[in-house]
Amino acid sequence: MFVDFFFSLREAKIPVSLREYLTLVEALDKGLAKFSVDEFYFLSRSALVKDEKNLDRFDQVFGHCFKGLEQPTLETGFTEIPAEWLKALTEKFLSEEEKAEIEALGGWEKLMETLRERLAEQRRRHQGGNKWIGTGGTSPFGAYGYNPEGIRIGQDKNRNNRAVKVWDKREFKNLDDSVELGTRNIKIALRRLRKFAREGAADQLDLPDTIQSTAKNGGMLDLRMVPERHNAAKILIFFDVGGSMDPHVRLCQELFSAARTEFKHLEFFYFHNCLYETVWQDNDRRHTEHIPTEQVLRTFPHDYKVIFVGDASMSPYEIIYPGGSVEHWNEEPGEIWMRRVLDVYPKAVWLNPLAAKTWHYSASIEMMSTLMSGRMYPLTLEGLDTAMAELKR
Amino acid sequence: MKFRGTDSYVATDDLTMAVNAAITLERPLLIKGEPGTGKTILAFEIAKALEKPLIQWHIKSTTKAQQGLYEYDAVSRLRDSQLGRDDVHDISNYIVRGKLWEAFSMDEAPVLLIDEIDKADIEFPNDLLLELDRMEFHVYETRETVTAKSRPIVIITSNNEKELPDAFLRRCFFHYIKFPDRETMMEIVQVHYPDIKKMLVREALNVFYDVRDVPGLKKKPSTSELLDWLKLLMAEDIGPETLKERDPAKIIPPLHGALLKNEQDVHLFERLAFLQRRERS
Repeated sequence: MFVDFFFSLREAKIPVSLREYLTLVEALDKGLAKFSVDEFYFLSRSALVKDEKNLDRFDQVFGHCFKGLEQPTLETGFTEIPAEWLKALTEKFLSEEEKAEIEALGGWEKLMETLRERLAEQRRRHQGGNKWIGTGGTSPFGAYGYNPEGIRIGQDKNRNNRAVKVWDKREFKNLDDSVELGTRNIKIALRRLRKFAREGAADQLDLPDTIQSTAKNGGMLDLRMVPERHNAAKILIFFDVGGSMDPHVRLCQELFSAARTEFKHLEFFYFHNCLYETVWQDNDRRHTEHIPTEQVLRTFPHDYKVIFVGDASMSPYEIIYPGGSVEHWNEEPGEIWMRRVLDVYPKAVWLNPLAAKTWHYSASIEMMSTLMSGRMYPLTLEGLDTAMAELKR
Repeated sequence: MKFRGTDSYVATDDLTMAVNAAITLERPLLIKGEPGTGKTILAFEIAKALEKPLIQWHIKSTTKAQQGLYEYDAVSRLRDSQLGRDDVHDISNYIVRGKLWEAFSMDEAPVLLIDEIDKADIEFPNDLLLELDRMEFHVYETRETVTAKSRPIVIITSNNEKELPDAFLRRCFFHYIKFPDRETMMEIVQVHYPDIKKMLVREALNVFYDVRDVPGLKKKPSTSELLDWLKLLMAEDIGPETLKERDPAKIIPPLHGALLKNEQDVHLFERLAFLQRRERS
């Protein structure tokens, strides 16, 4: 019963196991969901899907299995763009001659058709590729040479208000993220850095001390309390943003979100390519709200541990020469700033999202690695583990 | 024994199905969703609808799984032994029962709410696997095994601050409360304020969904905020006309304190109002 459905779910990379399947069968056996597809849909969804990011994929597989739609990997709803939007855009962006040209091509309907075809094609090709790289390339309007800034294309308009089955609505679309490396794994790796210290109010019984002082007291109980242990690891994270780091944004976000829940004393800063005299904490206001690196060095005591996250891929000039920075004039080379940071914070590592075997192709990575005295690790679970062990030493 | 929502809680079809499946198969039900969409309230309403007692276990960052089972109060026992009390000879006098034990020992199956499980330590759910699965646990001090007289209905809520382990998820039913659409929202408002004017609700909902659609809000207002705001509107006797006024200079809705909980969001609105005014002139 529903074995095909079960295996389709597994093929679509929804983590369902035998246990969930048996639960579903048991529920059907008990007579929940009688003779109604909707009820069966609700029941199977709550029994089989355990994370809201998988709900969208589940809806697709369900639609496919029980209605014979297209393959779930094809974005069915994506190609439906309300014609009015496009019309409105043309008014805005196209000149009179161009409009005439469109008429010559066969008018709006024809254009829409071509656009739709192109969209389907583009989507398919994109799907086959790497998840991370090239997501920017799907802009459906790129082909026509104007920029639909600020206009989101999705299916909010609900497929021209046709009556749609619940699972075909795919309301959970934007929650899907197909992240393979969950934050949980990262958190477990970061745990290695835990350093427990007793701080705050004394609210726990200190057993050895109690026994000792009770004995001293001639057998009369003398309670001794100590404060509870807390994770006292203090961390500064410097993230490289923009440019070559864009493909690694997701990985960095995961690392960041894991680190933020794991460490109480966590401060983060952004830099671009190489560390210079200023860093910033808000990428939207990076040009107005600088924080001098000097101030960071002054503010946080030397027992903070420092983690750099970046691909260290740049021109070597950006590291060794004054004025080498790509976006401003730097009085002192990045190298000096890196040394200053490492002087204040002896415990430091560099996490590099690029695969370790490609490092020696780039001169700047080797230079950075030398600056870090070899403490550069790949941003994988294993690399993270070694990096944390290094910080802990 | 079916749950169908109550006169003070609007449950959508998919939610009722998830609840009923969890009740019938006696599995825990994990509820996720935006803050303020009625995750915690659900347990109260299930208890009310099925006329069962409710036991609440609110999780904090310091909560340990063991505290839900029992705690052995060694200090009192030591103290009593020094005072020469007779209680000392029976260790069970010093076993303090936790919420799970309380739920297990009830004759009639209660509703057990484990609220905000993601607040606890990352290992917390793993420590409760067996207990929630078999509904029994072992007390080492007295060498007895506590088994649930009747399996409680377990409702677990999570705000997604931490990911939960797979082994734990496999044992639960799962439901994600999605943000209610306009019709459901009308129903929810009706249930909470039966004598509110239709016009006011319509205009308020317009403003409310507009506010939710503003890009870049740090915290989008949710159902509970809407209900609070309506209450305020009613108390202040603000009519639908005021809300209808779409003067861009007054883009900030009246009594916005109930909807926007974050000063950055209020600033964002002020900036938008300023921009709109400038466009006009």
